[in-house]
Amino acid sequence: MEGVEASEKVKRTTPRLCSLCNQRKAALRRPKTLEQICRECFYNVFEDEIHRVIVENNLFKPGDRIAIGASGGKDSTVLAYVLSELNKRHNYGLDLFLLSIDEGITGYRDDSLETVKRNEIQYGLPLKIVSYKELYQWTMDEIVKAIGLKNNCTFCGVFRRQALDRGAALIQADKIVTGHNADDIAETVLLNILRGDIARLSRCTSITTGEDGPIPRCKPFKYTYEKEIVMYAYFKKLDYFSTECIYSPNAYRGFAREFIKDLERIRPRAILDIIRSGEDFRISTTTRMPEQGTCQQCGYISSQKLCKACVLLEGLNRGLPKLGIGRKKVCSGEDQVQSKRHLENKALSFHGKHGNVEWKR
Amino acid sequence: MAVCGSACGSNCVPKDTEGEEGERLKRLSLEEENSVRRCTKCAEEEARKECNGLCAGCFRAYLYGKFKLAVTSNAMISPTDKVLVAFSGGPSSRVALEFIHEMQSKALACWDASNSQALPVFTVGVVFMEECNISDELSDQADDVIAQIRSIVSGLSPPSKDLRIVPMESLFSSDLRKLVGSINDATGREDFVRHLRMLSLQKVAFEFGYNKLVLGLSASGIARHVLSATVKGQGYSLPADMQYVDTRWKAPVLPIRDCLEQELVTLCNLESLKHVQVHDKPCTSINGLVSSFIARLREDNSSREHTILRTAGKLKPFNFNKFSSNQYEYVPSRLRPKFQFIETGEPESPEVLCPICASPLTATELATTRCSQQMKGLNIKEMEAFYLSCCQSCHFQILPKEETSMSCDGFFDLLPKPMVKRSLLRDEIKDYLLEDS
Repeated sequence: MEGVEASEKVKRTTPRLCSLCNQRKAALRRPKTLEQICRECFYNVFEDEIHRVIVENNLFKPGDRIAIGASGGKDSTVLAYVLSELNKRHNYGLDLFLLSIDEGITGYRDDSLETVKRNEIQYGLPLKIVSYKELYQWTMDEIVKAIGLKNNCTFCGVFRRQALDRGAALIQADKIVTGHNADDIAETVLLNILRGDIARLSRCTSITTGEDGPIPRCKPFKYTYEKEIVMYAYFKKLDYFSTECIYSPNAYRGFAREFIKDLERIRPRAILDIIRSGEDFRISTTTRMPEQGTCQQCGYISSQKLCKACVLLEGLNRGLPKLGIGRKKVCSGEDQVQSKRHLENKALSFHGKHGNVEWKR
Repeated sequence: MAVCGSACGSNCVPKDTEGEEGERLKRLSLEEENSVRRCTKCAEEEARKECNGLCAGCFRAYLYGKFKLAVTSNAMISPTDKVLVAFSGGPSSRVALEFIHEMQSKALACWDASNSQALPVFTVGVVFMEECNISDELSDQADDVIAQIRSIVSGLSPPSKDLRIVPMESLFSSDLRKLVGSINDATGREDFVRHLRMLSLQKVAFEFGYNKLVLGLSASGIARHVLSATVKGQGYSLPADMQYVDTRWKAPVLPIRDCLEQELVTLCNLESLKHVQVHDKPCTSINGLVSSFIARLREDNSSREHTILRTAGKLKPFNFNKFSSNQYEYVPSRLRPKFQFIETGEPESPEVLCPICASPLTATELATTRCSQQMKGLNIKEMEAFYLSCCQSCHFQILPKEETSMSCDGFFDLLPKPMVKRSLLRDEIKDYLLEDS
């Protein structure tokens, strides 16, 4: 009996070795595979997997100017750090820039932009900031005041997408990279199933999108788990801003996010399995897909006459907060005049590499 | 409502309105005061809160209409068919049984009234698959459930139905309890029992001469399957299991898919259709998590299940989700062209199916299988060939791994023979193998 207890005690006190190198002490359990590994091996497998994703999917070519969508959050901070490291280590030959969008959210975005400004110095990457106020004459604070908290994420997402493209055109970028990780993509697959959006379902797992548009964008973190990004940032002591957007509590995505967190606890590989399912869906060729055109008002890529940003802006400026939200159209007879904002007759044109994009009234 | 003189300029009811119209208006007025809502369809009976604004009669007709449309527009049942209803005792299969029974009764009444009686009426049998002996999770309440099943089926009005209560372990010469118990993954265990159940139903249908199998799979069940398959990486094969017709099996499977579970439960309550109440046990599997997720979505928006179904409905079905042309001979000629195979471009090559779950393998899985098989050459053991031909999901959650108590050989030896026979690779090369190998 004493011998058994002694051996148990020895087992407990003997440090577990890393299952990869078998030399160093295991410091963590890898969220994706549950392997117990040391810090150095974790850095290696984390960076190596991203490098393989970049190479196998031909994400970049030498000489590319890459705009890294940088919010100051953990995903974009780690993305900037890792891309910068891999660019040097494997000689990608890329010119990297940080591109930030200021949505005008007091107490959130102004703080996170300070983080990005520090990243500019820490990583030596030039920074460009583009604001909603400058582009649309509305900040998110003003939008939320006008429309409340129900559809505000729709406005922000639509505006941010266009803002990224316009900012990238300003710095003459060839590609935009974003920090969307495996958890984000899995959530998007589920959301598109729940919402019946077959068109988005067919596109949302693509690692590169918008190749037929002005500036393609890609997601090197497509197979990288959010937990591992946090772990990497934590161990590397990277400087990032960790507060959630103050306007996000009611986002529908929260449903899917909670489900995926529960799923990950039961089966960690389920996140990758959802992405695999999304890639393998047999979408019928007879399913009608929207045709890509350009917005008649601003020239941005759009499947309708007016792009979503223009429709939403029109609603804001006419005091019709529901315009462009959901499937119903607001009839002109139901106009409610709230506060009137007059859009200045301002032409904002971007003479980017991919053609002029004029935004005018 | 006030009644004024003719000089009154308001829009109230004139004093001299009498007769039927007056009575109706008075009744409407009383109803308004008592807040009684009328059925939105017939406007006669009282609308039931749980029936989406319909009365009990119209609600039943609405559900039966969906069932009948699914059967007729997909040519599911022909006059010469012998139909086996898989009855679990739950509300969905209870309603499926009830509707099939009603359809048969009506067909029989027509046949009785017909002079020629040229076309026969399909026959219906019922099967309950007893699974308590293969899993501890299923062993509770088994005797009560069987007694209730017998009572329900014997309580149906004529024509009577053959009821078969079949213990699953009696169908195969394997120790199914040991086999199921050796699967470590809770989700894998549940899914494997589900595959065994389908295999068993097919066996019963085949042995007793039934050529059609009805499953009480509701829209809610299919929505759960859509999400479960997605999170297990089975996006490619997902559409195969949710169509009206599935000819992967010898006896084609015909789910009723357009009715929500909640609607079926409501119908059972309204019509006092006895069904088996199974007490919910805590579920640690992915399937359980998906069920609770769908329940939360339903509370938020009651149409969410239909939306999920609609999304998955836009995924392309497989070649086996259609009957062969000779099974449409009883379909009216004006509808027959709809079911005839129309070639669009190159015909699809037949899908290779996983021998455990019968899911079509993706191109990547097939390539990996063939590459591994080529590497092993002709000396490949039957067990190895079987495991290579399984899909990635079954590999992960069902097949034994190094750390499990049962060896790969042990697990393979316990598998039911019909499941092993599905393995393709060995069959492809067996004619070229010599006796000694």
